[in-house]
Amino acid sequence: MATPLVELRGIAKTYGSGEAAVHALKDTDLRVYPGQVVGLLGPSGSGKTTLLNLIGCIVEPTRGRMDLDGETVYDNRWLKSDLRRLRLEKIGFIFQFHNLLPFLTAEENVAVALDLAGVSGAEARRRARALLDYLEVGHRRASLPSRLSGGEAQRVAIARALANRPRIILADEPTAALDSGRAGMVMDLLRRLALEQRAAVLVVTHDETIFGRFDHAVSLRDGQVEAGG
Amino acid sequence: MNLAVRDVRHNLGRFLLTCLGLSLLLGVVLSMIGIYRGLVDEALTLVRSPGADLWIVESGTRGPFAEASRIPGDERDAVARLAGVAAAGSLTFQSVETAHRGRTLRLYVVGYEPGRPGEPKRLAAGRLITRSHYEMLADRRAGLEIGERVRLGRDVYEVVGLTDGVVASGGDPVVHLTLRDSQRLQFELDPPAARRELARGGRPAGLDTVNAVVARVLPGVPEARVAAEAARWKHLAALTQGEQEGLLLKSVVEKARRQIGLFTAILMAVSAVVIALILYTLTMDKVKAIATLKLIGAPDRTIVALIVQQALAMGVIGWSAGTLLILLAKDHFPRRLLLLPDDALMLGAAVLVLCVVASGLGVRLALKVDPATALGG
Repeated sequence: MATPLVELRGIAKTYGSGEAAVHALKDTDLRVYPGQVVGLLGPSGSGKTTLLNLIGCIVEPTRGRMDLDGETVYDNRWLKSDLRRLRLEKIGFIFQFHNLLPFLTAEENVAVALDLAGVSGAEARRRARALLDYLEVGHRRASLPSRLSGGEAQRVAIARALANRPRIILADEPTAALDSGRAGMVMDLLRRLALEQRAAVLVVTHDETIFGRFDHAVSLRDGQVEAGG
Repeated sequence: MNLAVRDVRHNLGRFLLTCLGLSLLLGVVLSMIGIYRGLVDEALTLVRSPGADLWIVESGTRGPFAEASRIPGDERDAVARLAGVAAAGSLTFQSVETAHRGRTLRLYVVGYEPGRPGEPKRLAAGRLITRSHYEMLADRRAGLEIGERVRLGRDVYEVVGLTDGVVASGGDPVVHLTLRDSQRLQFELDPPAARRELARGGRPAGLDTVNAVVARVLPGVPEARVAAEAARWKHLAALTQGEQEGLLLKSVVEKARRQIGLFTAILMAVSAVVIALILYTLTMDKVKAIATLKLIGAPDRTIVALIVQQALAMGVIGWSAGTLLILLAKDHFPRRLLLLPDDALMLGAAVLVLCVVASGLGVRLALKVDPATALGG
């Protein structure tokens, strides 16, 4: 068996303290392997977003151990800049509402992620164009996000998430703003990326129409893995 | 990739409108500084106009500009005979108001002796006074033309020459008359008052009184030495040109300087608050974009640069437009507005510092934005 790209052991996250403490996640274990597309399912307040934020290095766990692509995160030696570097190099984010920067064109939205990673301007633009072409939205590269359709904007957002060839892709309700046809296209795309780039894809969703497209589904309830971890 | 430039480009209309507002504010600041400079320059113009090295005034007074000074007209000869003095001339100073061409004309009358110190050094048009009476030199600010006749007191004077930029510290244009004419204008009683004086047994008032005597010293002679010599006469006081200028600035311009300085400081504070609020609002509008940038790995310096660069761009554009505006409008101000390159550059530097400081609020907000804000709706 391959080494998991994401491995969580006994991870817990508590907000607040004392009587006001909210246990968003309790002793959660999870493994996601390269090439896998994993769904994180569960009702609102079950801890899906907290889990996504933890893996995305946005919030720090209260306890437990987390390994991302062979690196143990939050082992007391991690600085804010280390987390930023990890997010930049190894994690790609896809959002419910694409979250493209409104003042950048489609091409610039993709190139900015490369620019932040230190890729030179011309090379960043070349790679951004290639990615947009790959996602069949290259013809809209000069358009601002406000001029793109929902599906086009989501594909540009996916291109941005993939720009630095991340090993881990975190998608938060990526199909919520799309019709079923486009939702299916996006899921097909994520699967293709997982296989081609040997990436781990974690998708938080409420969308029952895509439940059948996961290799593996993790069901959460009240901050605990109910099934599938 | 410069995010600040792209953000500005995306919101160009709003950004330029903001810059325009800021430029008007900075234009007002610059005009206040220009008004102060103009005030000082105008005040000094009159003192420098005679080209004197020494001012001999009434003992115990600080000269004709700071307070009243009256000395006998023949003191000029005594001063002229002092060792080291090359030439001396008597001067009178007086404010007058007259009706001319249906409007009220406020003038500052300087009486001088043609050919002696006190005569205007440069004329913009026409000629110097050559006749003993009823000729005058007027500054262009008075709006008079050569050949025009103006009534002052009981006599009518013809404008024979024009000076440029010679005004009193209050902004009134200066007109030059011969000493005799100005003494009559200032000291001669009108006929009813003169008859009343005669009836009560009084003697006709002497006219040969002047407000100051100015002197030029010979090359190589220290002014202070000649001033000390003149001051030995108990009824006279002597000031060097430098002292006279210092006195004028201290006594006449000082309050205006403080007033304008305080007003300028208040305007700068208002500008700082306005810039800070604008930047804060601009940052508030970008919270989601900032969260997204942080989430995809943008370092703090990228976020800070986005805000600070916009602040600096706003400052530079606002300052440039404000300066241009005042350069175009300065000649339409009722009093002289003197724009010095150093003042404009100093203001520019202050605005840049102000922009960086004012962007602190926006930077603070941006740095506190949680990357998780980008997730979810």
